[in-house]
This record gives sequence, C-alpha cells and structure tokens, in this order.
Amino acid sequence: MTSYVPLSVSDLMIAAALVVLNGAISFAYGLRLEKSLAIASLRMVVQLAIVALVLKFIFAQTDAIWTILFAVMMAIAAGAEIVMRQERRFKGWQAMLMSSSPAFAAGLVTTFIALAVIQPQPWYAPRIMLPILGMLVGNAMSGVALVLDAMTSAAARERTAIEARLALGATRYVAFEDIMRRSLRTGLMPILNGMAAAGVVSLPGMMTGQILAGIDPVEAAKYQVMIMFLIAGATAVAVLAAALATVHLLTDERHRLRLDRLAAASKG
Amino acid sequence: MLRVESLKVEPLPPLTFSVADGECLAVEGPSGSGKTRLLRAIADLDDAPGQIFVDGAERGEVRAPKWRRRVRYASAEPAWWTATAREAFSFSQKGAAERLERMLAAMAINPALLDRPLSELSTGERHRIALARAFIDEPRVLLLDEPTSGLDPQSAALVEELIKFQMLAGRSVVLASHDQSQIERLAHARLQLAKPLPIRGVNAA
Repeated sequence: MTSYVPLSVSDLMIAAALVVLNGAISFAYGLRLEKSLAIASLRMVVQLAIVALVLKFIFAQTDAIWTILFAVMMAIAAGAEIVMRQERRFKGWQAMLMSSSPAFAAGLVTTFIALAVIQPQPWYAPRIMLPILGMLVGNAMSGVALVLDAMTSAAARERTAIEARLALGATRYVAFEDIMRRSLRTGLMPILNGMAAAGVVSLPGMMTGQILAGIDPVEAAKYQVMIMFLIAGATAVAVLAAALATVHLLTDERHRLRLDRLAAASKG
Repeated sequence: MLRVESLKVEPLPPLTFSVADGECLAVEGPSGSGKTRLLRAIADLDDAPGQIFVDGAERGEVRAPKWRRRVRYASAEPAWWTATAREAFSFSQKGAAERLERMLAAMAINPALLDRPLSELSTGERHRIALARAFIDEPRVLLLDEPTSGLDPQSAALVEELIKFQMLAGRSVVLASHDQSQIERLAHARLQLAKPLPIRGVNAA
C-alpha cells in the first residue's frame, strides 16, 4: 500500500502551466475567455486556501462553537446560491428563505444520521462532520435550485392551465400536481445519474480523494456508497419540501394563483 | 341565487346586484372594461373586497375549491392540461358520463373527439368541450365569459340552447358578451360597465 504523497509548491506550478495552455487556446481561437479563466483560477486558489486554513484552525479547536459557525456560513452560502440560480425569484426575503432553506435543513438532518452511523469522538468532530455536511448540502442545494426554477417557470408558462383547474374546483396542490411531478423528476435526475455512473464513467470525488490519500479502495468505496445513499435521501427530502413550499408560496389560502409574488424574470 | 354586495373590482365602482335561479344577467362593456375581472372575482380567482352570496352562504364561509364547484367560471380562452379532453373530465359524480354524452350531442360534438389529441381539435371544438367540462358537475352559478367566441353561427346557436337549458335547470347565469342580439336572446337583466380600464397586472386577461 503506497501512502500519501505530499505535493510541493513546484508540483502545483506544473499543473498551473496547463491553465496557461488553456488561456493560450482561448486567445488563439478568439474565445475571449482569458479574463474569466484567470479570475476563476485565482478565485479557486484563494477560496480553497482560505477554507483550508479555516478548517485547519477549526480542527485544532475543542469547542463545538467553531464547527457550528462554519455550518452556519455554509447554510447562508447555500441559500444565496439557490436564490442566485433562479430566473424568477420570489419577492421578499421570507419567501426566499422558505423556498431555499430545505437544502440546508435536509443536509443537516442526514449529516446527523451519518454521525450516528460513524460515531466519531467527539460526536461533532469537525473533520468528519463538515465534509459530510458540505457534500450533502451541496447536492441538496443543486436539486432545490433546479426544482424551484422548474416550478416557477412552469407556473408562469402554464398559468391558464393552472387557473382552469382551480376554476373547476381543484385544490392548489391538485392544480400543481403535474408541474410538481415534472419538477421533482428534474431535481432528482442529477443524483440518479450520479449513482448510475459512479465508478463506471468517473470515480466519485470523495473516493478519489481517499484513494489518493492512501486509503484501501474497498474502504473508500464503502464510504462512497454510504455518502451516495445519504445524498440521495437528503436530496429527495429537500426537493420535496422545496416543491411543497413553492406551491404554498405561489398560491394563497383561497387557492388562487399568485404569480404577483414572483419578481420579473431575470437571469442573475 | 347569486347575490353580490358592494363588490369592488378595481377600478370599477362598487357593484351590487343579484341573479335569481334560472335567470341570466348580461355584463356589457367594451374590451378592457373589466368584464373578465368581474367574473373572476365572483369565482374568487382574484381577491376583491365586498360580499358574494350563493344560496345565502358568503364566499369567505366556504372553502375556495368548494366555492368554485358552486360558482363556475368558464374562460373565453379555455386551457387544457391533458393530452386528450377525456382526461380533463372527472366522472366521479353520479350520472356524469350520461350528462356529458347529452351535452356533447346538444352541441353537435362527436364523442370520439374526447379521445383524440387536443391539438388535433379545432378551436371551436375545444371551446364547446370546455363548456361541457364547466357544466358537467352542475354548479349553481355559471360565469360565462364570451361563451360563443370563435364559434360559427350554427354552433353558437346550439351553445345558446345549452345555456338556456342550464337556466331551465335553475342555474344562475352571468354572461359577459359583446353580442347584442345574444344578450337580447338570453338575458333577463343587464349590467353596463362603462369606460375601458387601463391594462395592469398578470391577471388582466
């Protein structure tokens, strides 16, 4: 078993040369991506450097408050990202919060399931908890963003069909059932595809990382299976809660369609 | 019996009127005068201050889906959410299948059209089937928004007969129409909405 090979700064410089090659291609073909490429590369390096230093600090602490603080930051970032990805956003922060919060909530609950299984010491061990929370919230976030976008655009596009059903005496949930079904499928597709392709098309990132770090591939695969199931569970709960919240927000207690609660369409 | 008291549909003045069982009130006015908005407000599809009673029960005392099963709004441009017309019908009520058959025959619609893709039907066919969809569960009040728009004169005459039959069965009808002769044939009373309203909001259809 080969063990972990540390990287030196010069190793990273060699990899960075490939980004320069990427930029050269962009320049040669007039893709005008040089600036975006430079910014994205720089952003990634800075973000990962900061997060590494922060995690290093948190891992060295014995007080759970630092772990909680990091989780709160994660929640805010996930919520903001979901709102950013919407073409039609809800007016008002309460509606934005209500529609985007299922991602973090589901990620947090499933993380506790993972902690109950792994039983780290102490139970909130940030080295275990934070990466798992990040993976679960990140995937739930993508699902929720897809579902919200699918539902709000479908509601705007199919307004007359929804109102036809309401006029015939359907409840708001019945009037939205087709749109909800289609949107849930959209939100769950990435994780289903991810599970189907895992190991065949690509090695999942976490498993790759563990193998590079010298862990036995079988042990790494076990972890990956557990994580995939947790991701599937967290995403399913999150997208369902987000879809129900969306129906609730797009209608009122008199079962009227309320598209006036959406701001005008704009891709942010 | 439909009774409307001080219903405020912006920016019309507050409206008070009633429509007895078996009677028809025509709502007149040029395009944009608020006919559709008034009908939608009575069906509680849009919020409007004021009181609306059907057989003594006020709108707010009845759950909204139940209210709309009693007070049926039939749009001038009926929408569909299914591949065929039949899927959009609920046959849970007793006698619904027979009623549908009778209504389609009365409007000269071949029942086989119910199972054809909706996109293959003509606008007039879809419009008449949508009226059957609005009448099938026997609501107390019918709010008909241009019920014969886009129909040829023969089909329009058949639809008017069906509306008269609904009145004979005791339904209160509120009819929004541009057609003066149709209003004379069907209506017992008229409500004139005067000046055109400025267009606003998503619900100003």
